Formats: sequence, structure tokens, C-alpha cells
Amino acid sequence: MFRLIPTDRLLIAILRIFAVNTVLVLLLILAFLLLESWPVLMQLSLTRFVTDTSWHPLEGAYNLMPMLAGTLLASMGALLLAVPLGMSSALFIVFYAPSHLATLYKRLIELLAGIPSVVFGFWGLTTLVPLINQWHPPGASLLAAILVLTLMVLPLITLTAYTALAAVPDELIHNAAALGLSRWGMISGVALPAAGSGITAGIILAAARALGETMAVLMVAGNVVQYPETVFDPIRTLAANIALEMAYAMGDHRAVLFVSGLLLLLLVMVLSSIAGFLEKQRHA
Amino acid sequence: MKNCAKYLLINLFCLIIWASWLTSVSAASQRLIVTGSSTVAPLMSEIARRFELQHPEVRIDVQTGGSSRGINDVRRGIADIGMVSRALKPNEDDLHAFSIAMDGIGIIVHASNPVRSLNPKQIADIYTGKITHWKSVGGPNARITVVNKAEGRSTLELFLDYLQLKNSAVKPHIIIGDNAQGIKTVTGNPHAIGYVSIGAAAYEAQRGTPIRLLALNGVTASVENVHSGIFPLSRPLNLITSRVPQGIIRAFIEFARSPQLYPLIEAHYFVPIDTD
Amino acid sequence: MRDNQQLHTVHRIRDRLAQCLIYSAVFLVGAVFIWILADLARGGIMHLSWEFITESPRDAGRAGGIASILISTLLILCVALIAAVPLAWSTAILLVECMPAASSFGKTVRFSLHVLAGVPSIVFGLFGNAFFSIYLGLGFSILSGGLTLACMLLPILTSTAEAGLRAVPDTYRLSASALGMTRTATLIHLILPAAAPALAAGLLLGIGRALAETAALLFTSGYVERMPGSLLDSGRALALHIFDLSMNVPGGDMPAYASALVLVTLLLCINILAMKLAYGLQRWRIMT
Repeated sequence: MFRLIPTDRLLIAILRIFAVNTVLVLLLILAFLLLESWPVLMQLSLTRFVTDTSWHPLEGAYNLMPMLAGTLLASMGALLLAVPLGMSSALFIVFYAPSHLATLYKRLIELLAGIPSVVFGFWGLTTLVPLINQWHPPGASLLAAILVLTLMVLPLITLTAYTALAAVPDELIHNAAALGLSRWGMISGVALPAAGSGITAGIILAAARALGETMAVLMVAGNVVQYPETVFDPIRTLAANIALEMAYAMGDHRAVLFVSGLLLLLLVMVLSSIAGFLEKQRHA
Repeated sequence: MKNCAKYLLINLFCLIIWASWLTSVSAASQRLIVTGSSTVAPLMSEIARRFELQHPEVRIDVQTGGSSRGINDVRRGIADIGMVSRALKPNEDDLHAFSIAMDGIGIIVHASNPVRSLNPKQIADIYTGKITHWKSVGGPNARITVVNKAEGRSTLELFLDYLQLKNSAVKPHIIIGDNAQGIKTVTGNPHAIGYVSIGAAAYEAQRGTPIRLLALNGVTASVENVHSGIFPLSRPLNLITSRVPQGIIRAFIEFARSPQLYPLIEAHYFVPIDTD
Repeated sequence: MRDNQQLHTVHRIRDRLAQCLIYSAVFLVGAVFIWILADLARGGIMHLSWEFITESPRDAGRAGGIASILISTLLILCVALIAAVPLAWSTAILLVECMPAASSFGKTVRFSLHVLAGVPSIVFGLFGNAFFSIYLGLGFSILSGGLTLACMLLPILTSTAEAGLRAVPDTYRLSASALGMTRTATLIHLILPAAAPALAAGLLLGIGRALAETAALLFTSGYVERMPGSLLDSGRALALHIFDLSMNVPGGDMPAYASALVLVTLLLCINILAMKLAYGLQRWRIMT
């Protein structure tokens, strides 16, 4: 570390030049998002994103709130369904299933974690939307978005919860068993509290994933900008809006899309730093 | 930290060199990029294929995204030619437009829907949410699923203009982009109503897709009626460029407007325009 | 005594209830996922054939196959990996081998990777469109799509490589240093070979992520479905092809099912391979 010979010095210099690029990429992304949204951030007062009549960019109305509401509702709905299901799956793998079944089930979940979002969206479009349509038209709706997002974040929640539960020291479990705690008493009293921060971090990461998900939601949500009154109403999310309108947006409209991208980035960054903080606490 | 800044500077320098190299490479190739209206795109792909057969050294990429994208891309220099399925507006006189065909906008429903004709008042009421059941206009007892186009599509602009509505007044259930997406949505939902290019709808209907074009005010939505001018919702399909076309771009536009392509244009259910 | 017994019964009932709920949840999840996979397999196999893989799409993808799409996907992937792998791996090497963990440079790099990992893919798409396609003038091309993907892959490639390098026992470094080997030689002859399976597994995970990506490519690589002639042509990735077929092509569901099946099978193979490598690595570590 103290005296380096020339080859090593050269190596480190080269490595540094490459490594700086990773920082540069992040800076570039932030710089370009800011650069593209600057005209609008300067011209329009920020309150316009809240007080305009609705989202009609060609009529100069840029209210982002209905889409923000749609994004949050879809993500929260998905979490509401995915958290109990994912937790049950993780508990099943760790505490309930016989070992070969646990391995099989875990493989299935891992396989699902790798399925691309566009395939989930496609399945939702061809199977889920017609089903919901028969029940309550028009089919493409908040409900469809919630269900597809649930499928997408469920493997993530299951796998992080599994990792956290598997990391609970065996002594704790054995002690609980020795004290004569029932199985559920041991899970709720010992395992879940011990794995708590890891599980929470996983759920927050899943929330970040759901907020930023684009294609699957774009395909099944109907993409109407409105506050939904029931789960059968179509919605549009921020990410889907970018994908839908980016192709032809110009001037202020394009800049507002970059603003919504920035907003999305900030939301996700806050969530992932909370998750990172929790992770750090767990290891400390 | 000082080290950090030094490396950052070196990197930026390399990046600039690399970027200028990439730009010079991209300028050298013989390619035409055509973007814009999804109404024109299927026809344009076919024209491009034929043009490439005659000029093997040229490669033409056609991408959709709506008329506004065509205008936008041409202005920013991302595309060489834009496809715009309407006449240019007064604030777009910096661009050069070349009409290649005429088209109409037709209302489509699922083929199983017994409704045959609607008048503009009924359509406006359906699109603003005043009529919500097909029974009110002589159809089955079912809720209407209103399919609207995304903003920035000239089909939407002309349709709203004809009905004298603002897009904020429309109460849609599904928002779609390309014509084909509208046709696909109506195909999959027997109680949907949508509006698309007559050319695209007639082309798909002839291939067996279960959709039907409705008559508007009693005038059948057909190529003949667009041709004779009695169909109320018709428009020119344009190719646009930012400068007076030169070289290969000019050759391509002339090819697209030449009489030898009229059969192809008619096969896509558009109406060729006699240049003379 | 009776109180105790009552409590015991309550606990037993609660246990049973929890078990029932968990089993039904697992059953539900398993059933839904098997439904999806069966749907994909059933829909896809009917349309899948050798010609489907070797022919180019005709008639907007309704007829023909996906050959040109596979080529485009492969090219985008190559561009992304060529751009991202050197950056990611040298960053990982620097962080593990040449930096104390607490240095400000290391902290900055780690923080930016952490942030990058959370950026939604559509935001990468926005950036790629503004920077590569418009600012650098690459237009809608395989090159700008691949470079956008490269930015996306940086965090996952770096973190897997970092974990792999950290797993190499410190005794290697100490013995090499005691033998008077330079750091460069240690790295090339000892550490990189030892970490190779982990690096390969990370690479495969990155490839899987890149194959699944759609949103970031929508406005960077475009969606021209023809055989690309050069890196500056627009090319449609497989995931984008599925999107386009299912949204924009009436009668495109069958080829979309088949393409989805191809994509899922590819990803499955890649994931299994990555898992095998990671497992092999674990065994290797136990043996040393």
C-alpha cells in the first residue's frame, strides 16, 4: 500500500479512470434529466403540477397529481396483496415445507423473479383483462394493474424475506423450541422480530420496483388520466405516461415528462435509501 | 478529492472525443429514417421495400409514434422524413409537405355489434359520457367502452375538431396509440367503440379481423366516399421534410408520389392523389 | 391447571389457523404461477417451430419468425456488455483490491452504484433518448440502446463482481505479497482466476436483466423489425417485439406467445447456468 512499483501504479490509474465512469454515469443521468426539465422548472411555478385542471399537455394543463395518485394506488394495492402472500411463501419455505418441497417451491419463485415485465404484461392483457371485462367492463383497470404488479413484486418479497429468515441464528430457534413455544409462537415471537429489518427492507425495495414499473402497467391499466373511483376504473401511472407520450412530446410537454421522470427517480431514491439504511442497521 | 477531479476531467475529455467520433460515423451512412403517423406507416414500409429493391445501397427505417412525432423528429433532425396524417398547421410552415394520398377517419365497433350508423350528436354524447349504454343508440344492453386516442395523434385532433369537442371533455375508458392498437382493442372487446383511419380499418376488416366501420350521418365510411369527397371526415396523408428535399430524399418522395404506386395505395384502402 | 390447558388449546388452534393460511397462500401463489407458465407454454408451442427461429418477421410479425429480432437483441446485448463489463469489473477490482473500504473515493462510487441500482428503467430510457439518441446524434440505433442498457447493467455487474472478489480468501493476497509478487501479477494470476465463476455468474445475471428489458429500449433502440445492417441501424429487441405484437398488431397474439416462450426459456437457461456457477463456487470455497 505504501510504495507501489510502476506497473501497479499504472494498473491503479487505469482502474480509477474506469471507475470514475460509474460516478460519471450517475452525474450524467441527473444532469440530463435536470437539463431537459430546466425550462419548465424555471417557467412554470411548481404549483401548476398540482393545481392545473388535469393532464392535457396539448391544452397546456400539466397536473401530475392524478397520475401520481394512480401510481401510488397501484403500488400500494400490489403491496397489500403481495406482502401477506410473499411472507407466507417465505415462512412456508423456511419453517413449514418438507425440504424437497421447499427447494422446489423456491426454484419456482426464483424462476418467476426472472420473468420479464413485458411477459407479465402480455399475460395480463390476454388473460386477466378479458376476465375482468366479463365481470365489470372495461377490464383494463386499476385492478388489472394491481394484480399484475402483485405477481411481479411477489417473488422479490418472498426471496428477501427468505434470506432474512434464513439468516436468523439457529440458536434462537432452538431456544424457542426448548422453551416449549408453539410453532406460530416461535415464528411471531422470535423469527419475525429477528428478521424484521431485513423483511422491511425487502418490502421497501418491492415498493420501489412497483413504482417504477412501466411496461406491464402500460399494457393493462387502460391509461386514462383520472382519479379512480373504484378498482374497475382505468388509471395511468407516471412511468406509463412517459412511455406513452415520450415519442411525440415536444417543447414544454417533453420537459414536463422529464420532470415526472425526475419525480419518479426521487421517489425511488428515497425508498431505496431507507432500505439501505435498514440493511446497515441489520448488519450493525 | 483532488485526484477525483483530475480523473473526471480526463474522462470528460475522452468522452468528447468519443462522442465526436460517433457523430461523424453516423453522418456517413446512406440511410433514410422515416417516422410519424401510424396511419401512413404500413403503406410507407411497403413503399420503402419497393424503393430499396430499385436502390440496393439505400436502407429505409420506418417507425411509428404519431404525426406529432413525425414533425418533432424532422425538426430535431432525428428523422429525414416525417409522416403526418393531416394538413400542416399555420405554425408549421417551416416544413415542406408532400401529399401522397387521401384518407378518412371512421368509427369502428366489433363485428357482432348490431349498430350500423351513428350521427355526430350521438358520437359526441358517447364520447362525453352522456350516453353510456348501447341500448340508447339501438344496440345491445351493455355498457359502452369508449376508446380514445392519446394526445399528439392527428386522428384525435381531426376527430375532436369535427365533433367540436375539447379533449378534456372526453370521458374515455381506454387510451390507445397506434391505429392498430385501436383495432386490436375493439377486436378484443365486443362493446367498445373507437375511431381509426378508414384505410387501416378496411385493410384489417378485409383480412378477417372482426370489426365494422360505422356509417357517419348515413354516409358509408368507404374509400369511394372519401375519394368523391362526400365523407365528412377526410384528410391528406403527407410526407414532410425540414429542408427542400435533395438527392436520395427527393428521389424517395418522387417515387412515393409516382403513378406506378397507385395500385399499392389503393390496396391499403387510401385514395391516391393525382399530382397533375 | 385448567387455565394452562385452555391456553394450550388456544395455541393449538392458532397454530392450525396460521398453518392453514400459509398453506392456502402458497397453494394460491403456486397455482397462479403454474397457470401463467402453462398458458405461455400452451400458447407458444403451437406456433413455435424451427422456421420461427430462422425466418425474419413478415407482415408486422404475424407471419415469419424472429430471426432478425434475435440478431438485434444479440447486438444490443453485445454493445451493452462491451461497454459495461470493463467499467464494472475494474470498479469492483478497485474497490476490493486497491482501496480501503472507508476511502472517500470508494464511498462515492459505492453510493452512486446504490442509487443507480434503484433508478427505474423508464428513467434510463429518458436519459438514453436525451443523451445518446439526441445529444450524441446516434438516433434510434442499436448503439444507443446498447449503451443505455450498459448504464443499467453497471450496478448489478459491479456488485456481483465485488462480492465474488471479496470471497477470494485473504491468504491468497498475503502469500502472494510475501512472495514479492506485484499487485498486478497477483490480480492476474491468482485473484481473477479464483473469482472467475462468480464473475461469470454475475455476467449471466446481467445478461438476463438486459434480455428482459423493454422500457429503456423503447426510445433508444427503436423498433424497426428488420435485419440490422450496422450498429447504427434501429433494431427491435425480443422483449419489445412481444410488446409490439401484443399491443399493436391485431392477430399478433400467437407469435407473441411463441416469442414470450422463447424469451422465458432463454432466461431460464441463463438463470440455471448462473445458479450452477454460484453453487459450484460455494462448494469450491468449502473445499479450500
